[in-house]
Amino acid sequence: MNQESRKSAHTHRWRNRLLTLVSLGVFALYLLWAEHNASDYVIRILNNTAIFVTLAVSYNLINGITGQLSLGPNAFIAIGAYTSALLTLSPAEKQLSFIIEPIIWPLSVIQIPFIWTLVAAGIVTAFFAFLMGFPVFRVRGDYLAIVTLGFGEVVRAVANNLQTITNGPLGLKGLRAYTNLWWSWGFAVFTVAVVVRLIKSSFGLAMKATRENEVAAEAMGVNAFRINMLAFTLSAFFQGVAGGLLAHLITTISPTLFTFFFTFNLLTIIVAGGLGSTTGAVIGSVLFSFGGEWLRAVEEPMEIFGLDIPGVPGMRMVIFSIILIFLMIFARRGIMGRNEFSWDWLLERSPLSRVFRGGGK
Amino acid sequence: MSSLLSITKLTKEFGGLTAVNEFSLELLPGELVGLIGPNGAGKTTVFNMITGNLVPTRGTIVFAGNPINGEKSHRITARGIARTFQNIRLFTDLTVLENVMVSCHFRVRSSFLSAILGLPGYQREAKTGEETSWELLDVVGLTHLGREKAGSLPYGQQRRLEIARALATRPKVILLDEPAAGMNPAETESLIELIRRIRREYGLTVLLIEHDMTVVMGICERLKVLDYGHTIAEGTPEEIQNNERVIQAYLGERRLA
Repeated sequence: MNQESRKSAHTHRWRNRLLTLVSLGVFALYLLWAEHNASDYVIRILNNTAIFVTLAVSYNLINGITGQLSLGPNAFIAIGAYTSALLTLSPAEKQLSFIIEPIIWPLSVIQIPFIWTLVAAGIVTAFFAFLMGFPVFRVRGDYLAIVTLGFGEVVRAVANNLQTITNGPLGLKGLRAYTNLWWSWGFAVFTVAVVVRLIKSSFGLAMKATRENEVAAEAMGVNAFRINMLAFTLSAFFQGVAGGLLAHLITTISPTLFTFFFTFNLLTIIVAGGLGSTTGAVIGSVLFSFGGEWLRAVEEPMEIFGLDIPGVPGMRMVIFSIILIFLMIFARRGIMGRNEFSWDWLLERSPLSRVFRGGGK
Repeated sequence: MSSLLSITKLTKEFGGLTAVNEFSLELLPGELVGLIGPNGAGKTTVFNMITGNLVPTRGTIVFAGNPINGEKSHRITARGIARTFQNIRLFTDLTVLENVMVSCHFRVRSSFLSAILGLPGYQREAKTGEETSWELLDVVGLTHLGREKAGSLPYGQQRRLEIARALATRPKVILLDEPAAGMNPAETESLIELIRRIRREYGLTVLLIEHDMTVVMGICERLKVLDYGHTIAEGTPEEIQNNERVIQAYLGERRLA
């Protein structure tokens, strides 16, 4: 690279950082406005979206970037949710909830502030993922998918039966709704920032190399096991914290919440957004959360050309599936493929850039 | 002079099939040795054992005084043995530059946390890696294609990129698996030039599998011939050219009328 292009790359970097900060500021203002003016319903969707962004972006790190088809995020979300919930409930509340068998000591007496329960949720979940990683990364491909799927089911089954810790099928109720727009979006932005920076580093490059060709990556000195483990554990950390946020958003958790269906939704999001693209994961989450709500309209009873059509519950899932099928036919690599959003692209190569340049050169 | 890579009675059995039988080789520093033989002779299996893709059934591999058989592939690369692949194994969806930069990752000492935070220590290492990679692209003549996807390169350039990628691991020994396969005569000529050049500039020891006799006879100082896993001949290119057993292995037995 010559001096000139290096200098322009430098100014571009600062321009891009500034643009990112400004956009985040505008978004924060929107959240501030929404907090006071939007309906509870909209706020709920916004919170949901943020949690799905966190989950999808971190799930994409292991599935899309590192290329290991893990099917166990429901387990990580569950571990995070339970860890966080058990630590925010007061001793008295816990005594009241655990009616079949009392909760074990020391969980029965611990109560710590919300933020520390989230940290704990992340660390505990990451630790579980780390232990899981040893058997998981002995296999690859379909086998890895099945092993992680199995772990997901094991965690759910344990949550169902470990009466003295999880309260079994009764679950944990009466959690305080600590999760607000600032928590959920703050952590979503933090996750995206960390994941994007990691992907852009040489660690991210090693992850992609492992995805493209593991034998060659190893031959170029990449320790594939360590790099897989890093992606897996880090991904689990974020999913654990998101689990904690989710628990304190819906205020009631039970094992039925964390079935494979949860993982399936996340997989849909990242595949539709474009496997391997963080931008795609974000777009997928937004479309999924908002789309799911907009499509509720089709379940209402309606009148078309004088025909009365009764409301069909589940109709939106049918439409959702049809959209997915079309996506797979016409955009097989998802909305974004493996491309990422960048300011350079928006200002210099996108259709919009003509507007910015006043008609273009 | 003591040998850099010393292989003794290396054997690989797949069930009842002996792919490589008691293969021995002493590779002196700076040498350029060719490994030839008909298809299925076990040449690539030898490479796979040296680089840790396959665990030898018997035998020892000693590199720079340390036994390395059974070690993981990435550990062996870190010790200083790099390779290219016969069936090209580039990271097709990464750019040409990124393909080379991957090979610089294992030398990064900073943790992933300092990479995320962009601490000066990591940034220095990342910058070194990128600069090294541009330099190596220049060596193999692919600088102008640095930002292209590796998968979009024509065949001959993909082979050159494989060499750049292997060089980025800063090897002492480089194993080239049919580097001229699928190249036209002009590309082969410039490949020979490239191999000579990297060997001179980086003081490399080269072990080469090749079918193209222009390459083999042009640059190899010493040859070893494998057939059905057995070493059937070794010597200078001239000696090999006139060796009865080699001619037999390649062309079949001469039938006396």
